[in-house]
Amino acid sequence: MSVLVNKNSKVIVQGFTGGEGTFHATQMIEYGTQVVGGVTPGKGGTTHLDKPVFNTVADAVTQTGANVSIIFVPPAFAADAIMEAAEAGIKVIVCITEGIPTQDMITAKKYLNGKDCRLIGPNCPGIITPEEAKVGIMPGFVFKKGNIGIVSKSGTLTYEAADQIVKQGMGISTAIGIGGDPVIGTTTKEAVQMLMEDPETEGIVMIGEIGGTMEADAARWIKAHGTKPVVGFIAGQTAPPGRRMGHAGAIVGGDEDTAAAKMKIMAECGINVVESPANIGVMMTKALATISG
Amino acid sequence: MNIHEYQAKSILKQYGVAIQEGIVADTADGSVAAAKQLQAETGTSWVVVKAQIHAGGRGKGKIEGTEQRGVALAKTLDDVKTISTNLLGGTLVTIQTGPAGKKVNKVLVAQDVYYPGASATKEFYMSILLDRQTSQNVIVYSTEGGMDIEEVAHSTPHLIHKEQINPSVGLQGFQARKIAFGLGLSGQAHKEMVKFVTSLYTAYVKIDAAMFEINPVLKTSDDKIIAVDAKVNLDENALYRHANLAAFRDIAEEDPTEVEAAEHNLNYVKLDGNVGCMVNGAGLAMATMDIIKLSGGDPANFLDVGGTANATTVEAGFRIILKDPNVKAILINIFGGIVRCDRVAQGVVDAYTNMGNITVPIIVRLQGTNAVEAKKLIDDSGLKVFSAITLEEAANLVKSSLS
Repeated sequence: MSVLVNKNSKVIVQGFTGGEGTFHATQMIEYGTQVVGGVTPGKGGTTHLDKPVFNTVADAVTQTGANVSIIFVPPAFAADAIMEAAEAGIKVIVCITEGIPTQDMITAKKYLNGKDCRLIGPNCPGIITPEEAKVGIMPGFVFKKGNIGIVSKSGTLTYEAADQIVKQGMGISTAIGIGGDPVIGTTTKEAVQMLMEDPETEGIVMIGEIGGTMEADAARWIKAHGTKPVVGFIAGQTAPPGRRMGHAGAIVGGDEDTAAAKMKIMAECGINVVESPANIGVMMTKALATISG
Repeated sequence: MNIHEYQAKSILKQYGVAIQEGIVADTADGSVAAAKQLQAETGTSWVVVKAQIHAGGRGKGKIEGTEQRGVALAKTLDDVKTISTNLLGGTLVTIQTGPAGKKVNKVLVAQDVYYPGASATKEFYMSILLDRQTSQNVIVYSTEGGMDIEEVAHSTPHLIHKEQINPSVGLQGFQARKIAFGLGLSGQAHKEMVKFVTSLYTAYVKIDAAMFEINPVLKTSDDKIIAVDAKVNLDENALYRHANLAAFRDIAEEDPTEVEAAEHNLNYVKLDGNVGCMVNGAGLAMATMDIIKLSGGDPANFLDVGGTANATTVEAGFRIILKDPNVKAILINIFGGIVRCDRVAQGVVDAYTNMGNITVPIIVRLQGTNAVEAKKLIDDSGLKVFSAITLEEAANLVKSSLS
C-alpha cells in the first residue's frame, strides 16, 4: 500500500514535448515510473521518448488507460490542462507549473468540485512512492522506501526532511508536495488524512509555512482523528509580516498565520513540533519510540 | 504588484465605479493647475492634496521633520501650493512605511466630497480578496469605514461581514442587495451601493486583482456612493494578459536591491539581521532563516536562487548580500537534487575568487547529489569558506562564526 501513486499507476505527461516535460519525463521513466505517453496539442500521432504523443488527454486515456497525469504546461495554459485532465477521467492530477494566475486556479478548483479526481499542486514538487512511482521533479535517490509519510508545501524542504528520515534509518511510504500557492487542489489536512488511512504509513512528517490556516486545520483534525505520531515544522519563524517569502501563499497577514501561532496550535493538538528544521528526523525517531515503548 | 491610488482610481472609473475625482501632479505649480481644472470640471470649491506612495496610514503620517500630514485639505489655491511644496520631495513616514518612510514623488489633487447637503455623510469599509479556506473571492464590508480595519476586526468583529462569491456565476444581485442592506442603506443610496459593489467586483475579476481595499467608501450628503481611497494589488502571475496594467509598476517604490536581484532571477527580500543566506527553494530558504535565528544570529535577507545554482547566480547573490554592511557571515544552503552539489561548490569557489574581496566568513552547506565531492572541493580550495553537509553542522558553524 501507499497513497495516490504506486507501481500500477499509468502516468501521462501534459506538456510532454516541452523542455521541462522532456527532462522530467526522462527522469521519471529512469526511476521506473510507468509513463504510458504524453499530451501535446498538435503533435498527436508522433512519438517522444519512445512513448506515444496524443492531441488530447481524452485520447491518451482511451488508448493507454492512463489514470494519473503530471502537468508541465506553461502558467497561461495550466488551469485549462488541469480541467482537461479531470474531464477525461484522470484520477490523480499533479500540477508542477508555477505562476498560474489565481483567478484561473479559482475557476479550475471549482470545476473539479464534485468530480472523481484529486488535484495535487500547483507549484509543487509532486508525489513519490519510493521504489514504485515518482510523479514529480524530486531527486528520487533521496527517498528510500519505508513507513514515514511526508506532507509539505515546499520542494527542497521535503527533500531535506526525507534525507533526515533516511539518515535515521527509516524510510518513506509516500511523500506528497501539496504546493505553495494560495489556491491548491489538496490541503494539508486532506493529505494527512490519506496517510493516516494508509496501513503502510506509521508516522507522518507535516511541513508547513507561514500564511493561511491549513496547518491549523490539519492539526485540529489530527487531534480528533489521528492514530499515528506526527512531527511538524513551520518554516518562516523569522519572516516579517506583509512580505511575500517566495511562494505566493507565504505571507503573514494576521496574528493567526504566523509560524509561532501555527506551532502553538499544532503542539496543543499533540503534534511533535520542532523549532529547528535540523531536528525533523531525530524527532520522528523519538516519537516512534514513545509509541512502541 | 502594488499600484498608486491615482492609478487604482483610473481603473475603477473605467469599470463604472464612482470615485472621488482627482488629477495627479508632480510639481506644486502642476497641483495648482490641477486644482483649477478640478474646480472647473466638478464644481468643487475645496480640494484635498494626497501624497502618492505605496503605503497606507497617509492621513495620520507626517513628512519627516515637519508637521505636514500626507493627506491635507486645501481651502485656497495658496494652500494647494503650500501643501504640495511640503509633500513633494519629502519623506512620508506612516504606520505602514516603517521609520525609513517613503519619498513622495507625486500628489493627487482630489475633489472635496464631504460637502454639506440633504443627509449626513457616512463612511463604509469594503475589500475584495481571496478566501483561502474556500478558494473563492470574498467581499468584506463594514459600517465602520474610514478607520483602521484591523482595530475594528479586533474590538468589534461582529461589525465585519463577509460575502462569498461563487466563481461559476460571479456576484449575484441578491448578494449586492444584501451588502447594501447590511450597510444600512435605503432609497437612492441603496441603489447606488448595489451599482457600486457590482461594478467593483467586475473590475476585480477583469483586471486579475489580488486585493481591493476601498476605505472609505463614502455615502455623500446627496446619496452618491463613491470610492474616496483605493488600494489595489494586482496578481503578478496574470500581468502577462494586462500589458496596460503592467505599465503601472513604479520602480521608485521598490527596494533597489530587490529590483536588481529580480533582474538576475533571484527572489530576494531585505531584512534587518547580520547573517546573509542564499538557498534553493522558498521553503528551505525560510527554514534556513529560522536556523540562523536559532543559532544566535538574525537573518539579513531571504534569498531563493531557484532551480539553477551556478557560478553566475552565486556571484550575483554574493554581490547583492554584501551590499548590506550589517552582514557578518553568509550561509549558503543548497539541497542538490537535479542540481549537482559539486557544480554549485565550483560556482561558489569561482565566484569567491572572481570577487576577491570577501571579508566575511562563508559557510556552505551542500547536501544531496555529489555532496561529498562538493565538500572536498570547498575544503581543498584554500579559501575562507567553511563546509557542512548536515543542517546541524551548518547551524554550529553559523554559531561559531558569530562568536
